[in-house]
Amino acid sequence: MAIKTKISALMLGTALALAASTGAFAGDKNVKIGVLNDMSGLYADLAGPGSVIAAQMAVEDSGLTKKGWKIDVISADHQNKPDIGVNIARQWIDVDKVDVLADVPTSSVALAVSNVAKEKNSLLLDSGAGTSDLTNKACSPNTIHWTYDTYTLAHGTGTALTKAGGNTWFFLTADYAFGAALERDTTAAIDAAGGKVVGAVKHPLNTADFSSFLLQAQASKAKVIGLANAGGDTVNAIKQAAEFGITSGGQKLASLLMFISDVHALGLQTAKGLNLTETFYWDLNDGTRAFSKRFQDRMKNHAMPTMVQAGVYSSLLHYFKALDSLGENPHDGAKMVAKMKTMPTDDPVFGEGTIEPNGRALHPAYLFEVKSPAESKGPWDYYKLVATIPANEAFTPLDKSTCPLLKK
Amino acid sequence: MQALYAQLLVGLINGSFYALLSLGLAVIFGMLNIINFAHGALYMMGAFCAYFLLNIFGLNYWYALVLAPIAVGIFGMLLERTLLKWIAGLDHLYGLLLTFGIALIIQGVFQNYFGSSGLPYAIPPQLQGGMNLGFMFLPIYRGWVVVFSLVVCIATWYLIERTRLGAYLRAATENPNLVRAFGINVPRMITLTYGLGIGLAALAGVLSAPINQVRPLMGADLIIVVFAVVVIGGMGSIMGSVITGFALGVVEGLTKYFYPEASNTVVFVLMVLVLLVKPTGLTGRAT
Repeated sequence: MAIKTKISALMLGTALALAASTGAFAGDKNVKIGVLNDMSGLYADLAGPGSVIAAQMAVEDSGLTKKGWKIDVISADHQNKPDIGVNIARQWIDVDKVDVLADVPTSSVALAVSNVAKEKNSLLLDSGAGTSDLTNKACSPNTIHWTYDTYTLAHGTGTALTKAGGNTWFFLTADYAFGAALERDTTAAIDAAGGKVVGAVKHPLNTADFSSFLLQAQASKAKVIGLANAGGDTVNAIKQAAEFGITSGGQKLASLLMFISDVHALGLQTAKGLNLTETFYWDLNDGTRAFSKRFQDRMKNHAMPTMVQAGVYSSLLHYFKALDSLGENPHDGAKMVAKMKTMPTDDPVFGEGTIEPNGRALHPAYLFEVKSPAESKGPWDYYKLVATIPANEAFTPLDKSTCPLLKK
Repeated sequence: MQALYAQLLVGLINGSFYALLSLGLAVIFGMLNIINFAHGALYMMGAFCAYFLLNIFGLNYWYALVLAPIAVGIFGMLLERTLLKWIAGLDHLYGLLLTFGIALIIQGVFQNYFGSSGLPYAIPPQLQGGMNLGFMFLPIYRGWVVVFSLVVCIATWYLIERTRLGAYLRAATENPNLVRAFGINVPRMITLTYGLGIGLAALAGVLSAPINQVRPLMGADLIIVVFAVVVIGGMGSIMGSVITGFALGVVEGLTKYFYPEASNTVVFVLMVLVLLVKPTGLTGRAT
């Protein structure tokens, strides 16, 4: 009996393998999505397994499976290391025939994976990474950068705080591609708004103790301490800044990149009053609320989606729309990107938008303030909307983009 | 100059954690000959224990300071009775692999349920606020951490080096059969020692809960540095690991001031230098 089951399992396996290998001819309706992100480290809550759930929801909501498409979602942990990310991407594209690399947070990894996608004519739909270089000097005909970038953050939080009187800044910067890009873009926004940067210190990625760096920031007497870092680093820095009396001493913290998962981890008591810029919040409108509720029900810890996770959903929905209009999967990254750029984007989560020739997806961004515990009406009721930044101000204007693709 | 004093003090605070953790490691290695890679995971469990005590049972920080080390210590003793005792006397590599595996499992389980960004734990009201020392603003809680861990370190050293119980322990490591012949229950003593070492890790976890987030990976990030501390101080040397813990905290703090980019590598550079010059560590004896 046992032998019989084994044999039939073997036969089934062979049949499946055959079906997969014969799949690559015209009229092909097989698609493979690979969600590549930090599954276990400091960015796992803002992307991680939640992004995989978002990808699966996009598959279900696309309605393609009913039309005979077969869509698989696989995932892997790049551990925030470019070499690991590149190896997985290569294996996925070469061996596993993955069509789309989705999410890919951590700018250093995203830049490296974008190169792989270009070299192999695959497709990178980036949601998690921050660096604006992805659509500037490192832009690629195979990459679309969806959710936000360092330009958005700089022109949201950076400009708003400088105009509100915070005209001297000191940066705590994560020592890798993202931190450098965010510091650079925010410095430009501060200069433009009439402020001045008086100093900066670079800290290693994934730092537990910020006290040394905070003391240096305190000694600088800058009015605003800009946190050019993300995830667990931001959370620790904010928590310890309160401890060292930085905020009560009159200096203001600018959490340039902060996700709802970070606010949740800090608690409103510590996070209240912070300004932050996001392109998505679950409680914006009926569309975002409906999506978020469904997402929350599927999360093991019942977390609301971050903008990165929502971006994975939204970007894949757009990809599926493009597939649907083509009627088959061309297995050609550049062709898909070109098709996606010709179609306006529209979904319940990010609303209407467009994709620029440099690969930048455009949609509005929002400046939020974190509520105090008294203002919050329940779990995850964390933000109040301060300002809406229109899409054309939230991202690098095309005439300022340094993307080589734009030069004819 | 003022900034320098501040950095020295901050280094001392981090050093307290290194000291408490490396002390536990040194006790376990010295008495059981096990390289306990699960130390970081058990430190993390201490912090989570404090969180649960507060949020489920309503027991505050002061209770946690006592109860968490006991609870996690008991868990450690169970580990010792069920798993570690089978590899006693085997090559170090077995212990290292086993405890490393245990650490991965514990961290994985916690991560599965609590995510990676962690849970907030507030500083107890009695220790909130800070004082202005002229050259820096010292949060009272940080001052408390330094004083408290120093007291614990000295007490542990005294227990092992200066009391009768400690003498039995040291004798049992040297020659278990002879000590047994005197009617002393050596296996039980070993279990209790492991429990003590783990309790120290959990205590450090409780101390760190209000400073850092209570995160599943809080120990994994720290344990590698702590191992470097133990190697520099000399494996198994109790006083050596305490002093090295504090000293390396200071060295790291100064690096964060003068060349922050190197702050997470400086400890390992030192480790390499020490190993080149004195392979048994600063206070270690050749065996």
